[in-house]
Amino acid sequence: MLSSRRQLLLGLSAFTLPLPNLALAAAPTDRRFVFVILRGGLDGIGAVVPYADPDYRALRGEIALAPPGQEGGVLDLDGRFGLHPALAPLEMLWREKQLAIVHAVATPYRQRSHFDGQDLLENGTTDPRAKDGGWLNRSITLLGKPAEPNRRLGLAVGATVPLLLRGEVPVATWSPPVLPDASADFVAKLARLYRDDSVLGPALAQGVGAHAMSTEVIGEQAMGTTPARGPGAFKAAAEAAGKLLASAVGPRIAVLELNGFDTHAQQRQRIAGPLAAFADGMAALRGALGPAWNDTVVLAASEFGRTAQVNGTLGTDHGTAGVAFVLGGRVAGGRVLGQWPGLAANRLYEGRDLAPTTDLRAVAKALLRDHLGLPEDALGKVAFPDSRAVRPFPGLLAV
Amino acid sequence: MSIDAFIAASRFGLGARPGDLGRIKGDPQGWLLAQLDGGSETTEGVGRSAERLKLFFDARGSGGDAALIELYRKEYRQGFTADVGARTRRAAATDQPFRERLVHFWTNHFTVSAVRPTVAGIAVAFEEEAIRPNVTGRFVDLLLAAIRHPAMLLYLDQAESIGPKSRAGLRRGRGLNENLAREVLELHTLGVDGGYTQTDVRAFAEMLTGWSIGNPRRGIIGEFHYIELIHEPGAKTFLGRTYESAGEHEARAALELLARHPSTARHIAAKLARHFIADRPQAASVDRIARVFLDSGGDLKSVYRAVIAEERAWRDPLTKVRTPSDFVIAALRATGVKAEGGQVLRAQAVLGQPPLVAPSPAGWPDDASAWATPEAMMRRVEFALAFAGRVRTRMEPGDLAESVLGDALSDETGTAIRRAGSRSEALALMLASPEFQRR
Repeated sequence: MLSSRRQLLLGLSAFTLPLPNLALAAAPTDRRFVFVILRGGLDGIGAVVPYADPDYRALRGEIALAPPGQEGGVLDLDGRFGLHPALAPLEMLWREKQLAIVHAVATPYRQRSHFDGQDLLENGTTDPRAKDGGWLNRSITLLGKPAEPNRRLGLAVGATVPLLLRGEVPVATWSPPVLPDASADFVAKLARLYRDDSVLGPALAQGVGAHAMSTEVIGEQAMGTTPARGPGAFKAAAEAAGKLLASAVGPRIAVLELNGFDTHAQQRQRIAGPLAAFADGMAALRGALGPAWNDTVVLAASEFGRTAQVNGTLGTDHGTAGVAFVLGGRVAGGRVLGQWPGLAANRLYEGRDLAPTTDLRAVAKALLRDHLGLPEDALGKVAFPDSRAVRPFPGLLAV
Repeated sequence: MSIDAFIAASRFGLGARPGDLGRIKGDPQGWLLAQLDGGSETTEGVGRSAERLKLFFDARGSGGDAALIELYRKEYRQGFTADVGARTRRAAATDQPFRERLVHFWTNHFTVSAVRPTVAGIAVAFEEEAIRPNVTGRFVDLLLAAIRHPAMLLYLDQAESIGPKSRAGLRRGRGLNENLAREVLELHTLGVDGGYTQTDVRAFAEMLTGWSIGNPRRGIIGEFHYIELIHEPGAKTFLGRTYESAGEHEARAALELLARHPSTARHIAAKLARHFIADRPQAASVDRIARVFLDSGGDLKSVYRAVIAEERAWRDPLTKVRTPSDFVIAALRATGVKAEGGQVLRAQAVLGQPPLVAPSPAGWPDDASAWATPEAMMRRVEFALAFAGRVRTRMEPGDLAESVLGDALSDETGTAIRRAGSRSEALALMLASPEFQRR
């Protein structure tokens, strides 16, 4: 990872501040793509509940959710599946057919380590140890170069760049301001001291540039008005991402991250908060994007799903298949897609997990091809190496 | 080779205080080695697990008594803040900073994250009770103390894992929770490629059943407690060996095996080398340290001596980027500023590493790629400016920089500090300089 990081930073001429050129110049695309990493292993069965599956109630016991219409019941989608009530803000999108759900989806990863699972979700290969950065960064290379050399097409929302966006193309980062700004004079003095530091020097230069860009687009924010942590943080992050993506000179590809899905115990209490944060965040993203929502597709997924059966502590352990959310103005939504394998004992993967029937790469490839216009051949070689056999998932987008 | 004093103080220690380098430079390695025989006295002002967990159980057993629940929450919140303050003050003032760094290293290795409110009140107690007393002992004892501590048993859900065929499991239809078993194998001992399977995880989880914590009904609070009623009966096969049914001792036997496993030796050696030498240490360094780990039966003093003996550790100063926690502690040591717990919590949160709130059981990352991001660099610069405004030292900033950065201070940085427009700008330049951001 370090080598790709170095490449990224050394690719810049030191201390030419990448201030955005506000004269409009064409980006390679005006389509927007957002990936939301739901970290910790989201329980797909708990988020998009197969309430009509004959085995659901017995497997989930005390943490099973009530059918639609009952107190605390799921929000019906199609007579088979229902949303966890904490996802209520997504219901409107579903009715407008701007939310599709792919169930029983998984990356090629078949072990159960969070860290390897997330690395593989992000690096786009079949090996958690692969060294070439993230598939979304490689996808940006396929988009072609923007007219302004310093423009960043990719945006990581947060203080750090997730593996998914690391690689050859430098990306912007944004996180809410919490300290007073450093003066330009001070930064210039400091920049001279970092001239020979090949890692921290370019990071500082990029930080200064990104700061200027976001101030331009989002506007000066009073300190402390944007929550950096806590329940509102994801919503604030999604809103900022929406504003930056909406800008004519802003990024086009963004990654958001949300933690808290590792519900080993007391899942009933612990999953509601992160699910609500996700749903509120998506609503905020849509609001901030404004008309650009119609050019946007969001894909949200997790490193793996969880065990079908409730465990000994009213939670679920690391599993295999889970759920992916596809939303946005161009989505052919209102449908739960993918083959449902069922929850019968003989249908479970290794006798314990929801069995995977869709490769998450198929979903991502379909969106990259049909939404961002990237060639399928290159997606199968560059973005997701050796994945030509994984065909793009059909019918996700409205024409 | 007077750069060695700087390396000892900042790479192996927690950053120099004014005057430290002069005391170290005669024998930097001897200064480090002497700390391995130092004391492990507990940190003043840190709450004990027993006291804190009593509040937790009082609240939980109160049948929803709002006053007791509020008291528990408040005490936990305030207790955590006070504990972090005490921990940081110790690190800022200690004469044994290498020893303290080792304590912090192992606390991160055996992460119990205060993201869980139940853990927050006993997260620093975990360091005091499980890590600190064992930091220069044998690895197996450190491992056992960490895994058996209530904070770990709660954080990784072990306290409530129930053997499906145990008496309680059969009666209540409850079962296993694999969380602790998996993380011990993946993170604490063998490492993810250390040669175990899902079957081993399951077997180890079964062996661990019954490892729980005491509660007031049992007359034991804040300590490990074994509960036979929830232990999975029968023999288990773990890492190719069959273990006869032996109750509480099964998991102990498994941990003893793990502690002397070659994969564990490699995993620990690689982490220590990454922490003290470079983000990508040479394989030969890792091999030598792992060999000492195995040959000494996991004697940690011998292992640390092997790390110090690595010539590479002394060759390239400034290979490592300081973590936000290291940065804050080094700033406190250099300037003598006193910080309260709440200030430390806020500062480190802004810098991206709130104390003891690692995002996952893997703990905080230990390489530059995780910390040297554009956004994080801006935060460090802004923090340096804000912090410099609070420094009240009488020393000239240029002299202070020479005193704490020694031979690592470049002419250019020294000149920039001496030419700065104000005292506080000079101090901010020192704190934000490459020589201070690296170790």
